[in-house]
Amino acid sequence: MDTILTTPQMVVEDPQRHLFRVSRRAFTDPAVLEAERRNIFDHCWLYLGHSSEIANDCDFITRNVGGRELIFNRDRAGAVHAFLNTCPHRGAMVVREKKGNALSFRCFYHGWSFNVNGRFASRFDEGNYGKEHYGGGCADLAQVPRLESYRDFWFVNFDRNAMSLADYLAGAKEYIDLVADQAEAGMEIVGSGQQYVINANWKLLAENSIDAFHGFPVHSTYFDYLKNIGSLRMDSVGSEFTARGMTNLGNGHAVIEYASPWGRPIARWVPSWGEDKREQVERLRKNLIQRFGEERGLRIAEFSRNMLIFPNLVINDIMAITVRTFMPDAPDKMTVSAWALGARDEDHELRKLRLFNFLEFLGPGGFATPDDQEALENCQRGYRNLREAGWNDISKGMPRQGPPMNDDEEQMRCFWRQWRDRMGSVP
Amino acid sequence: MNGDVGLGGLQRDAGLRARIEDFLYLEADLLDEWRIEEWFALFAEGATYEVPPTGEADETDPATSLFYIADDYVRLRERVGRLTKKEAHSEFPRSRQRHMISNVRITGMNAGVADVTCNFVTYRAKRGVVDTYYGKHLYRIDCHAEPFRIKSKRSVLGMDMLYPGKLTIII
Repeated sequence: MDTILTTPQMVVEDPQRHLFRVSRRAFTDPAVLEAERRNIFDHCWLYLGHSSEIANDCDFITRNVGGRELIFNRDRAGAVHAFLNTCPHRGAMVVREKKGNALSFRCFYHGWSFNVNGRFASRFDEGNYGKEHYGGGCADLAQVPRLESYRDFWFVNFDRNAMSLADYLAGAKEYIDLVADQAEAGMEIVGSGQQYVINANWKLLAENSIDAFHGFPVHSTYFDYLKNIGSLRMDSVGSEFTARGMTNLGNGHAVIEYASPWGRPIARWVPSWGEDKREQVERLRKNLIQRFGEERGLRIAEFSRNMLIFPNLVINDIMAITVRTFMPDAPDKMTVSAWALGARDEDHELRKLRLFNFLEFLGPGGFATPDDQEALENCQRGYRNLREAGWNDISKGMPRQGPPMNDDEEQMRCFWRQWRDRMGSVP
Repeated sequence: MNGDVGLGGLQRDAGLRARIEDFLYLEADLLDEWRIEEWFALFAEGATYEVPPTGEADETDPATSLFYIADDYVRLRERVGRLTKKEAHSEFPRSRQRHMISNVRITGMNAGVADVTCNFVTYRAKRGVVDTYYGKHLYRIDCHAEPFRIKSKRSVLGMDMLYPGKLTIII
């Protein structure tokens, strides 16, 4: 056996021999998942939600992030909070609805109440509790240790001493800008999101979300569909913008960028949309060029980008924009939450196109995502053979001279190097 | 037609409902047997097939809300075409399915087009995993046509999230 495969390490890189291998135990071992919770999910910035989801004062949503149950809300003064959704009294989840608007929160178990800024608000008769009870904040809802935002994307961190979100995002900020800049009025989450289960390790979806290599083998039926209805346009307007390939954004984040074969509601027209939309899309395109200049304007309009923000946030600005996060429930099971993002002031017809573009490719009923899920679940099943066949190969593009191509695997290597560094010595 | 009829009306209803039930059982059978192109032939030209997001109102609009499936006639035709290909990997090898229909009610009738609701449970089995989908179907069925034709079908999931992860079969 190759000596590279007999080490106790889980991630093995040999630049001289252009080899990069990941142990399949990383996808199956409960001890690895436990270590990931401690070393990754307890210390990295994790996506919580978008400002538009709590647009009004006193709006709230509840969400599971990093294995915790959280309340993401805006108080009466409009300030944004993230609370641990557990009563300081005996632990029941205080807010049980998925979303809503409320002036206060009240735990149904014993009736402890809280202002939407988290302060304990019940007043019990004398004799029930001593003075100390009301001071010191121990009767208030507990805040998540860190809550910060960038361009309306809110993140939490359970490590009080973590670096700032801005530093953590590093090069990813530029690519969030390319999304956030798409509308002068700002962007918003459209409708409610999709939530579904995949019976595979969470890292398989991290890899898959930024993997251009699998595009044609796995998604040929989607491209057939685009061809059949006249939505495929292989000419990349502005031929000086060739495929940009892949960029290492730092801290484990990476992005691939490429000329789009599909229509983009912002702002790349395809014939199936009809002539009447052509002018409308052209206006959006001109507006982008006016605001950002020829190069950046056309880059926003024409190009597609798949970005992974370590460990588990995907912002894919493709035929639509999907914001997707996923948490492991077990080594072989994850829950995925995915949302569509669109311009806040989007025209009704373009909004419709955006949503249809989304569901044609993305999500459990799309013509592409389910085949990704099938691939991920097949990998997970294949790892049952790990004792005899124990290693994944992530080496594609390593001997290439010059910058990596978008269908190389350097973006996954960025993820795995960060994973390796944060995991330290794995059990 | 909503309970505002005498005995004669009820008997007429029962007769129509029996014919509609037969039609829905035929539809379920075609899906169970993977006769997907024959299933598509049950739809009238211009028909729609939709699966709205879980937890929203029955009348949610796919133009403003993100659906799981919002097929017009063309996209539905393409969905069916895709499912006949080996490259629709999630259904190759094909899953095994069973469609159960109950609680069939005619809730409205206009110019020979019936509004029909029914409950459903659909099982999908593949590689030792059984997925269960349940909820209600909202149909508009053209009862003048022979055989009947589906003008629209909206499958409202009863689950609070999509536990099976995929919606690759027609539920």
